[in-house]
Amino acid sequence: MYSFNELKKASRQDLDSKEIKLAVLGNCATQFFSKAIEGYAKLSGINLKIFDADYNQIDAQLLDKKSEVYAFNADEVLVWLATDKLYEEFLDLPLGMRNTFADQIMQKVQHYWSLISDNCSARIIQPNFTEIDDKAFGQYSCKVDSSFVFQIRKLNYLMQISMAERKNVYPVDILAVQIQLGHHIFYDAPLYYNAKMTVSMDALPYVAKAVVDVIKTIEGKIKKCLIMDLDNTLWGGVIGDDGLGGIEIGELGKGHAFWNLQRWIKQLKECGIILAVCSKNNEETAKEPFEKHEEMVLRLSDISVFVANWNDKASNIRLIQETLNIGMDSIVFIDDNPFERNLVKSMIPEIEVPDLPEDPALYLGYLQECNYFDTVSFTGESADRTKQYQAEYERRQSQMLFDSIDEYLESLEMIGEAKPFEPIRFARIAQLTQRSNQFNLRTIRYTEDEIERIANDDKYITLYYTLRDKFGDHGLVSVVIMEKRSEDVLFVDTWLMSCRVLKRGMEEFVVNGMIRVAKEAGYKKISSEYIKTAKNGMVKDIYKKMGFTEISDDKYIISVDEYEEKKNYIKEIFK
Amino acid sequence: MSRDEVLEKITEVLRDEFEDDELEISDETTAADVDGWDSLAHLSIVHEIEKTFGIKLTMGEIQESKNVGELIDAIIRHIENK
Repeated sequence: MYSFNELKKASRQDLDSKEIKLAVLGNCATQFFSKAIEGYAKLSGINLKIFDADYNQIDAQLLDKKSEVYAFNADEVLVWLATDKLYEEFLDLPLGMRNTFADQIMQKVQHYWSLISDNCSARIIQPNFTEIDDKAFGQYSCKVDSSFVFQIRKLNYLMQISMAERKNVYPVDILAVQIQLGHHIFYDAPLYYNAKMTVSMDALPYVAKAVVDVIKTIEGKIKKCLIMDLDNTLWGGVIGDDGLGGIEIGELGKGHAFWNLQRWIKQLKECGIILAVCSKNNEETAKEPFEKHEEMVLRLSDISVFVANWNDKASNIRLIQETLNIGMDSIVFIDDNPFERNLVKSMIPEIEVPDLPEDPALYLGYLQECNYFDTVSFTGESADRTKQYQAEYERRQSQMLFDSIDEYLESLEMIGEAKPFEPIRFARIAQLTQRSNQFNLRTIRYTEDEIERIANDDKYITLYYTLRDKFGDHGLVSVVIMEKRSEDVLFVDTWLMSCRVLKRGMEEFVVNGMIRVAKEAGYKKISSEYIKTAKNGMVKDIYKKMGFTEISDDKYIISVDEYEEKKNYIKEIFK
Repeated sequence: MSRDEVLEKITEVLRDEFEDDELEISDETTAADVDGWDSLAHLSIVHEIEKTFGIKLTMGEIQESKNVGELIDAIIRHIENK
């Protein structure tokens, strides 16, 4: 971990990338807290600018519509209520009222959230509460509802419930940092009494990481895939030497550590992380445990791409990345062997390669502390992706049997559907705007609450597309947001598509739908734009291909009456 | 550890904090003598000193040391009591 001093120096760096603005409000002194966050963000490549409100100015700043916080026009507002100050408020209450403390504070926090939502469009980054055990009732506090221990734990519980109801509130689990480091490292009493700072300088970098992890995720910088080595990473021993009966996996002995690691990885898969295997082995040998070992948690059906051969791992990882069609920077690779790790790191600098501890018992805790898989949304849908990737593999196989691409596309029996945004899809749509990098014309990231606002705003026409074929359901694959620019003109604010469905006529199908919907709503023209990023070169000329006219650099227009329906093999259902 | 060695290490900490390789200090130097040595910089310096010497200064020592000389006294006291 970086030191505070390193973060402080990094906070002065100038970055070229897009500026993100964070306003920090606290009931305690926040200067070092803000400095650490700014430094950590810059070291993570995020050009963060912070407005740090003065000590204990939360109410004054949030109540005044003309306050500095609102004028700052923040992308995100962080309201930090340090437990040390809350504890002092708690003691100000008469004994008879202390059992209502958690409810009172929660009401106050909800009031803050409402004020922020009413007065600006910033997202709210909300740390939860660290714990103080004042031992006033000894351990008996756990069952005395007027004790601070009881109330602070209740407060965390209440906040979890309330946050779940607010889409624009993003949690920072600062309590987890306190538990990870321990109170003696997290808190520095002289620092608190001298400066009203409630987190020690040694703990600040960890707190900063927690906050920056959330900001990164909001900005769409997330990990999508875990590539795993096998021998001594997913099980103990070497399958080629020790055989099925010899490897260690299961509830007993050393195998328990690997078993728990696999159970955790299985959970990642259930949350939508793609799993892939990259192993130096014969394929048949490598697959054996997945097929035959009773105590293996991960099965072949959990693995989207399974690569086992004797090629170097960097080439194999490239192959996996191309098959999945995702960015290298969204992949984490785990391997017990430092030589392989270093090879991969040097050949592919963008990929994340954690330096696993030597002892397999420590793998899991280490990976959890790295917190690679932070997210800002959760939908059930992405859990199905393994099947989709496996089906993609089948499609690629069957493609070889046809003479022409048309014949092949026709044989897929594709059915497409276009609909305006619906509430049950908001989360998935937001997730796509955050995750799609390649087929994304303007790369505007939206959160779930923003998608909801757009869906309900007459100024916008929204469409989401689903696609299925005889091999399976691709789910929601494309998102279009068109903004009314004048009586006749719609502007394509967002068009993105999942790369899984490229080159099968979906592009044409989407544009046909855009034009039709615009026409029906009485518009004459659609204007559009391509904003170049490091990753979206593949769609640079897509509007030209679709018959739009380029009016200036990367800006296009088309008249809906002159548009010629583009041929494709997708059967339409329009609603 | 001698006073001179302690002074030398503190000098390094201060040079790093204020990004000034030429900064010279003595026992008589006070915060007011150094540009930028405000209360926040002071906390940062204290933290670096604590890490450098592997000690923990008390609340009083942090607040009340009047000059570098008194800070050195406190540091030496902690090192000897380790």
